[in-house]
Amino acid sequence: MADTTAPTLKTPLHALHLELGGKMVPFAGYDMPVQYPMGVLKEHLHTREKAGLFDVSHMGQVRLTGPDVIAKLERLVPGDIQALAPGRVRYTLFTNDQGGILDDLMVTRISDTELFLVVNAACKREDIAHMKAGLPGIEVEYLGDDRGLLALQGPAAATVMARYVPEAATMPFMSAMTATFGGIPVGISRSGYTGEDGYEIGVDGRYAEAVARLLLNEAEVAPIGLGARDSLRLEAGLCLYGHDLDTTTTPVEAALTWTMSKRRREEGGFPGAAVIQRQLKEGVARKRVGILPDGRAPAREDTEIQATDGTAIGTVTSGGFGPTLNGPMCMGYVATAHAEKGTGVNLMVRGKALPAGVVPMPFVPQRYYRG
Amino acid sequence: MTIKFTKDHEWIRVSGDEATVGITDHAQNALGDVVFVEVPEGGKALEQGAAAAVVESVKAASEVYAPASGTVTEGNQAIVEDPSLVNSDPVGEGWFFKMRLANPSELDALMDKAAYDAYLETL
Repeated sequence: MADTTAPTLKTPLHALHLELGGKMVPFAGYDMPVQYPMGVLKEHLHTREKAGLFDVSHMGQVRLTGPDVIAKLERLVPGDIQALAPGRVRYTLFTNDQGGILDDLMVTRISDTELFLVVNAACKREDIAHMKAGLPGIEVEYLGDDRGLLALQGPAAATVMARYVPEAATMPFMSAMTATFGGIPVGISRSGYTGEDGYEIGVDGRYAEAVARLLLNEAEVAPIGLGARDSLRLEAGLCLYGHDLDTTTTPVEAALTWTMSKRRREEGGFPGAAVIQRQLKEGVARKRVGILPDGRAPAREDTEIQATDGTAIGTVTSGGFGPTLNGPMCMGYVATAHAEKGTGVNLMVRGKALPAGVVPMPFVPQRYYRG
Repeated sequence: MTIKFTKDHEWIRVSGDEATVGITDHAQNALGDVVFVEVPEGGKALEQGAAAAVVESVKAASEVYAPASGTVTEGNQAIVEDPSLVNSDPVGEGWFFKMRLANPSELDALMDKAAYDAYLETL
C-alpha cells in the first residue's frame, strides 16, 4: 500500500506519531505511520474490541459553496445528492466519460448552498482541478495540506466521544454536525472505514494534536497505523481506490450500483452515464467479488484467479490476512459467469493453485450505529 | 555447534553435517506479526540461495532462502500450527527446517554473529 513517491508532506500529527514510536512509511506523498509498537495484528484487534485512533489528515477536505451546488455536483457524480438531507453524509464516486472511477469520496450536505467533501489523498489534486473545471460558479475551497482529520473507530468510540461531545452518542450513522471538543471547534461525522461504529473529526491543523492527545488519554483508545486500517477495511469489504477501484473499473463492475439511486440510474446526467446505463441493462463482463481461500495461505494483490478448469478469469485487487476473521481473505474481479457466491475458483500463489470460493462480503459483520 | 547468518537474515545452526535454519530476530521484527508459514517437507533437495520456505506477516509475503545446499530432513510443523512462534522465539522454537548439508564448506562464506551484528548496523 506504500508508494515510492518521496514523502514531502507531514500531517499535523507527525511529531506525535514519532513520539508514539510509529514506524513511518511514504504514503500518497505523506510520511505516515504504518504501525506503532503494538503491531498491526494487535492494533487491528484493539480497534474491533475497544477503539482505535487513526490519523487520516492526508485525505483531502474540500468545501463547495455556491448556488445550485447540489445539482451541479450531480453532474460529476452518480450519487443522489438531491435526496441527501442537510446534515447527512453519503458515499459516492467521481466518474469519467467511460464510466470509469476517478475517485471515491464522502459528501456531506451542509445546506442547499454548501457541501463538504472528503476525497482520497492520492487523488486530491486531480479531484480539485476536476471540480474547478466541472463546477462553474461554485467556489471549490481546499482546506489545505495541513488540515487535521482524525478517525475514532470501534465499539467504544461512542462512549469515548460522548465524554467530550454528549450529542455525538446518538448521532445517526452517516450524519454530521459541528461541535466543540475540549473547547476546540470540530466537524464530526459518524462514519469510517473499518466496519465499526465510529467518527471522523475534522479540525484545524493547529489543534489536531490537542484533540488526538485528549482521545489517546482515554483508556479505551490506542493509536492505529495504516497497516491495520487496510486489514480492517478489507474485512469490512470496503474498496481501496487505486487497488479495487480505478479509471478502468465502472461502478457496475465494482458492485457499487447501490451508490446510485433509481432516479440517477434513470436520468443519468453524470460522466459515463451512457456506459453505466447500458451496463445496468445488459450486464457486465466482470464483477468485484469477495474470495475466501480454503487454506491458510494469503493471496495478495495481483494474484491470478483461475476457474477450476485452469482458465484465467480474473485478478485479486486486495488480499491479505484478516486478524478478526483469523484467516486469509481477498477481493478481486472475476468474469461474471464465475461471480455467483459459492463458485469454486483457484488462486495462483507461487505457482500453485490454491482452492478458494466466491463469498458475499463483508468478511466480518459491519457494526454501524443504527440507533 | 556454530551459528552463521546470511545477508537475507536467515540463521543456520550447524552440528557436523546437520543444520537447523530459521530467520533472525531482525527479520521477524521487520516483518511484523507472522500469520502464515510454509515449510519444506523432508527429502526436498535445496541449492544454496534457493527459495526454501515462505513467511507471511499481516503486511507482506517473503521467502526464506536456503543458506546452504543439502537435503531437508524435517519442516517445523509447530510454526505451521502457530506462526506467532516465529515472532516470539525466532532463533529457538521458531526454526523453519532442518537439513543435512551437502557441502559444509559453503558455510565459510556466511557471517558469524559479530559480522552479522556489524552488517545490521549498516542497514
